[in-house]
Amino acid sequence: MQLPPALHSRLVGAPGAAEPLPVERDPAAGAPPFHFAARRVRFPRDHEFFEDGDVQRHLYLQDVLTQVTGAPERPRVPEFTCQVAGCCQVFDSLEDYEHHYHTLHRNVCSFCRRAFPSVHLLDIHILEWHDSLFQILSERQDMYQCLVEGCTEKFKTSKDRKDHLVRRHLYPADFRFDKPKKSRGPATPVATVRVSAEALGADGEQSGGDGMEVCSEHAAPLPEPVGERWIYSHRIPSTICFGQGASRGFKSTKKRKEHQ
Amino acid sequence: MWSGRQGRLRPVGCVVEELRCRRREREAALRKARREQQLVSKRLLRDDVLEEVEGGCVAKILGEAEIQQFLRLAQRGTEEKERERALVSLRRGLQHPETQQTFIWLEGSIRTLVGLLTSSQALLQLEAARCLHELSHSEQSAVAEACLPATSYLLTYLSGHSSDFIELCLYTLGNLIVESEAVRRQLLPQGIVPALAACIQSPHLTVLEALGYALSQLLQAKEAPEMIIPSVLGSILPQHILRLLQPGPKLNLGVAVEFAWCLHYIICSQVNNALLIYHGGLSTLGLLLLDMAAAVQRTEDAGLELLACPVLRCLSNLLTEAAVEVGGGPNQLDDERVVAALFILLQFFLQKQPSLLPEGLWLLNNLTANSSSFCTSLLSMDLIEPLLQLLPVSNVVSVLVLTVLCNVAEKGPAYCQHLWPGPLLPCLMGMLASSDTEGVGQSLELLQLLFLYRPEAVEAFLQQSGLQVLEKHQEEAQLQDRVHALQKTALHR
Repeated sequence: MQLPPALHSRLVGAPGAAEPLPVERDPAAGAPPFHFAARRVRFPRDHEFFEDGDVQRHLYLQDVLTQVTGAPERPRVPEFTCQVAGCCQVFDSLEDYEHHYHTLHRNVCSFCRRAFPSVHLLDIHILEWHDSLFQILSERQDMYQCLVEGCTEKFKTSKDRKDHLVRRHLYPADFRFDKPKKSRGPATPVATVRVSAEALGADGEQSGGDGMEVCSEHAAPLPEPVGERWIYSHRIPSTICFGQGASRGFKSTKKRKEHQ
Repeated sequence: MWSGRQGRLRPVGCVVEELRCRRREREAALRKARREQQLVSKRLLRDDVLEEVEGGCVAKILGEAEIQQFLRLAQRGTEEKERERALVSLRRGLQHPETQQTFIWLEGSIRTLVGLLTSSQALLQLEAARCLHELSHSEQSAVAEACLPATSYLLTYLSGHSSDFIELCLYTLGNLIVESEAVRRQLLPQGIVPALAACIQSPHLTVLEALGYALSQLLQAKEAPEMIIPSVLGSILPQHILRLLQPGPKLNLGVAVEFAWCLHYIICSQVNNALLIYHGGLSTLGLLLLDMAAAVQRTEDAGLELLACPVLRCLSNLLTEAAVEVGGGPNQLDDERVVAALFILLQFFLQKQPSLLPEGLWLLNNLTANSSSFCTSLLSMDLIEPLLQLLPVSNVVSVLVLTVLCNVAEKGPAYCQHLWPGPLLPCLMGMLASSDTEGVGQSLELLQLLFLYRPEAVEAFLQQSGLQVLEKHQEEAQLQDRVHALQKTALHR
């Protein structure tokens, strides 16, 4: 197919179009027995006109088509340790470290050090667990928000919210990120926060249960910070401060054993 | 233009002929599946580098006892490395359908896996997710559906930050989405649309490509027009999809391909295309077309046909919307460079992917049908002759070419003046000699217009033995009325 050479320069030229030629139709045009009429055509999704293109698309998805891909980039680096104070995990790839960091250190509650998979869940946790105003307000209005992003429903109690999650959103009844906060007496020792898998249940349904979940077996939060710190956000900011005041580690025997 | 990334399953150690044969078989199977409305494909994300690091030996099928042992170790092992290794072994075993079957029927296995998925040990989490991914890819419904207890967590993790993990969750969800309507009936109330929308502002290309894939699977569902597309259109997804299709240095081909297909499924479902036009869909797609043609000119066109197909479809279908009829303004496509770009792409298709010629010509029809401007452009840019060169490609192509030519001719004498004298008439004579009824019929339509608006062409027609050629078809039921009418016109000029 030979294209006029000027076409290529037209492509890089200015937008616009030439003055259209005058249109002058004769009523005999397309009159019976002829039937041509200029018209735009639309095809619905399942039309057979799309068969070839759809097949090509799926061949691509199934990776039968050869593709131009670059070399993999997953370099191994010399071993390094997580820089978060108190965490001694060692890594030899940046991807592994990234995932570790985001899982354990990114969305961490500054009160109780629990880690959450998302900012959304962390915010809800802080509100429901560490905000005394929340407790007061929740006596008068529905304050427990649905955990599903995009759902604006609120509930009187944590149980009502769970029922909603199960019935409306088909969530599992034992959804890990929705454990009710049980009221406790004076603060119990921090050491109990790290609980081994065995202690949580013989069938191992909550394995490795430290940090991630809002779990009732865990200790009450650390002693509340005094005075004016209430005013500030209690979410650990994404620009972390390593060093004073940001201690993350726990001084439990279990932890020491793991990171020998 | 492809951003190099790993993660696709590549056939290892196959001979070229084997590959071609396999491809032909796959293609036939896909055509059959499409006709039965069962066109479903899953993606497997397997990290080849990881396989190398793990020793590269073929994973063996695992039995019940072995699976249980690995699960126990992963769950309760005292040493972290030991737990990880156990899960890795399980994951490699799960590459086998037999292991998958054994696994899902083992009591408590999925529960344990979900527990590991939600553990705070990041690497265990990642490996558990990889196990689920293998299961999600299975062709056995029972195996894929065994992953259902994990979906609420997979969706929750989409709001996280670890790009590799999110990518894995997305491909897993994408595989599950196509599994069955039953699966989707769980995923929709669990909030899959808002969860996907949350990912679209990610800066990571790998996440975006995975997101595009998962979304395209969701939009391709049979029930999508009623159950899924309205909520997608109501979210922030449409404007971000269009943003990701904007040409420029940031355009990534892999990402664009996925979202172009998303857009196609939305548009051809005809739910609310006016919204897409409102968000500048026409101009974005038009500019993208120009960009693709420019890439062809620079011969940076590897894989371009994968993007061109959905873009052509989107443009063609959008042009039929009522919102576009009202003239002028940003809702219109009136830049003749689009026509130039389309022809450059048609030439590219002719060499690389002739099956795309009909789709390209469909767009050309929709551009020219109601537009004196674009018909004039075809003439002023000397594109009639290249168009005629496509006539011999196939019956479908020739009918479309003739339709476009009719679009030009029906605009009147000023247009037909440029159609004759020229190569058009000889080509028409050639077409009339064929036995393809539809092609001949369309040629007769064009002849009528030509005779009407350019009577001088009749004489030339007669001199080229036009009447004898017409006689060939005068007994044909679908053609005879028109043949007789033309014979009459020619004789009574």
